[in-house]
Amino acid sequence: MNNEHEEIMEKKYFFDKPKNVRRFLMFFYVLLGLLVIIDFFVPKHPYFAWGEYPSFYGTFGLVACILLVLGAKYILRPIVKRKENYYD
Amino acid sequence: MINIVPPAAIFIVGALIVPFLKGKTRTAYLLLLPVIAFINLLGMTEGIHWSVGFLSYDLILGKVDKLSLAFGYIFTIVTFIGVLYALRVKDNGQHVAALIYAGSALGAIFAGDLISLFIFWELMAMSAAYLVWAGKTKESGAAGMRYLLVHIFGGLCLLTGIIIHVHNTGSIEFGYMGLNDLASYFILIGFGINAAFPILHSWLPDAYPESTFSGTVFLSAFTTKSAVYVLARGFPGTEMLIWIGAAMTVFPIFYAVIENNLRRVLSYSLINQVGFMVVGVGIGTTLSLNGTVAHAFSHILYKALLFMSMGAVLHQTGKINATDLGGLYKTMPLTTIFCIIGAASISGFPLTSGFVSKSMIVSASGIEGLVIIWLALIFASAGVFHHSGIKIPFFAFFSHDSGIRTTEPPKNMLIAMGIAAFLCIAIGVFPGLLYSILPYPVDYVPYTGAHVIDQLQLLFFSALAFTLLMLSGIYPAEMKATNLDTDWFYRKGAGAFMWFVSNPMSWVGAKISKFALETIPLSLIWASKNPPAVAKIALDGVLLVFSGPRKKAEIQQRIKGEIKIYPGDVIKRWPVGWTVLWVTIFLLVYLIAYYL
Repeated sequence: MNNEHEEIMEKKYFFDKPKNVRRFLMFFYVLLGLLVIIDFFVPKHPYFAWGEYPSFYGTFGLVACILLVLGAKYILRPIVKRKENYYD
Repeated sequence: MINIVPPAAIFIVGALIVPFLKGKTRTAYLLLLPVIAFINLLGMTEGIHWSVGFLSYDLILGKVDKLSLAFGYIFTIVTFIGVLYALRVKDNGQHVAALIYAGSALGAIFAGDLISLFIFWELMAMSAAYLVWAGKTKESGAAGMRYLLVHIFGGLCLLTGIIIHVHNTGSIEFGYMGLNDLASYFILIGFGINAAFPILHSWLPDAYPESTFSGTVFLSAFTTKSAVYVLARGFPGTEMLIWIGAAMTVFPIFYAVIENNLRRVLSYSLINQVGFMVVGVGIGTTLSLNGTVAHAFSHILYKALLFMSMGAVLHQTGKINATDLGGLYKTMPLTTIFCIIGAASISGFPLTSGFVSKSMIVSASGIEGLVIIWLALIFASAGVFHHSGIKIPFFAFFSHDSGIRTTEPPKNMLIAMGIAAFLCIAIGVFPGLLYSILPYPVDYVPYTGAHVIDQLQLLFFSALAFTLLMLSGIYPAEMKATNLDTDWFYRKGAGAFMWFVSNPMSWVGAKISKFALETIPLSLIWASKNPPAVAKIALDGVLLVFSGPRKKAEIQQRIKGEIKIYPGDVIKRWPVGWTVLWVTIFLLVYLIAYYL
């Protein structure tokens, strides 16, 4: 039982290797680049004028999520955060 | 085919037999019920069925059209998945409550009149509260009670609206209402509490994470989506709902970012998703209403899937806080995959159900030229990917290794998740299946080059934001904390109220009761020993007030003497004649008063 436990602990999983994490991130960045490039060649039929700007959605997603996290961290959390046993 | 039984009856009556069954019989029976209900649904024809006379009204238990059928299908499917997932739960009470809950939700969906709608509405609240209580912790006990109180309040709003409506129109029929009179406002608030409108929403993230690992799967499906149904039935095209829905899509994602309990994160994203549906109802075009129904259908599946995957984590590890989890992909690879499929669906990745349903609502807002709403929905789409799409799988299954080594959950739970995951992808790949059951003919093509690339950009660059914030250490660390929400007002408010009642109010109450129960009776007893003497003392008291300083001392002396000898010799001073005289005077006064 004890040996088994140690064996599991020693086993290396996919993301335990920093190399794999780096590969995964590289793959991700390449994908992002491809999406930006493809965007130029896809005919758009936007509802609003700015939908035609190249990579509007990508830019929006990036900015929106950074604002979301900063807003949650620096505005919402200081206002609403209390101790875990606040209501007890 | 003929309509055999009302869909609600199969579950509600069927639930009552569960406690008498054991082992494999119970398993087979539990799984068979939703199957029978589904076959029954397939055989139902559109129209009005099962009219039941009640007092002077006709209750309609089966208002069957494409709108109610679409909700009926998905409610039955998710009941099957939920029952399968919960199969090993020994507590029969939970099975009974879950089936009654599903049955009453179906009852509400097919209700053609306001009275039976109200009855099923209340039955839903009670059976759901039981599922919260089934968590059997101190927290779930309190949260379940708050759940019940909030929903009873909502039910009373609904009832008030119904009574005014029936009084005004004389009809109990439930159909299109629109927001035009007092009754409709009350009814909208009643519906809105179940739909988790902003400010009225806090019961949801309060109660859902406290239920059992399987109870939350049922909870996530019925209450909010039956509310979406009644909104779509009663209030399509109500402009206020566009703004309410947009607010629902935006504010919960901020909470979801800082919340530590992963099932609470999912609860907040549930409100966000229902927000999309409410916007769809508010816009009220055939595209947006189709979008609302389609999104409710997809949402029930992927939300159940996400809650099942987190339920599996809770079931296997006993933990659900992001701070305690991480690295579970090593020992729960299948659960991880199912969770990622659910996460991809809620985010609206192409080839998943969220993509083909949510985009209908977003497109509808674009076609109507609602700029702010459209921007809010895009923001919310990015945000939901951020917290449900990435945060949930990342913190549970990847992130830092928590050192927890466990196993996959039992087979029935894996199969339940597998079915939900399969359906999420099937709908994404073959949207025509879903589009064919929508209330209006669908003229919408989700897979255009621009749409796919736009959506992929939105999602991948949101993921980039997550990656950059994570790598730079700016991403807020998960913390063990309570994040205040609007339930603060009644949780702390109730405490303040109780303090007010037990301190200032009870002091005043004690004074009043002492005065009423002691001071007054004792004085009366004292006075009744010799009323004329009391009258004499009182008279002297009046004289005392109006007399000059010289007489004052004399009168004071007299009063002292009178009190000293009180009650004195009653009989000697007041012969019977006086009594007769008094009686005569009283009778005379009465006589005059009578004729006046």
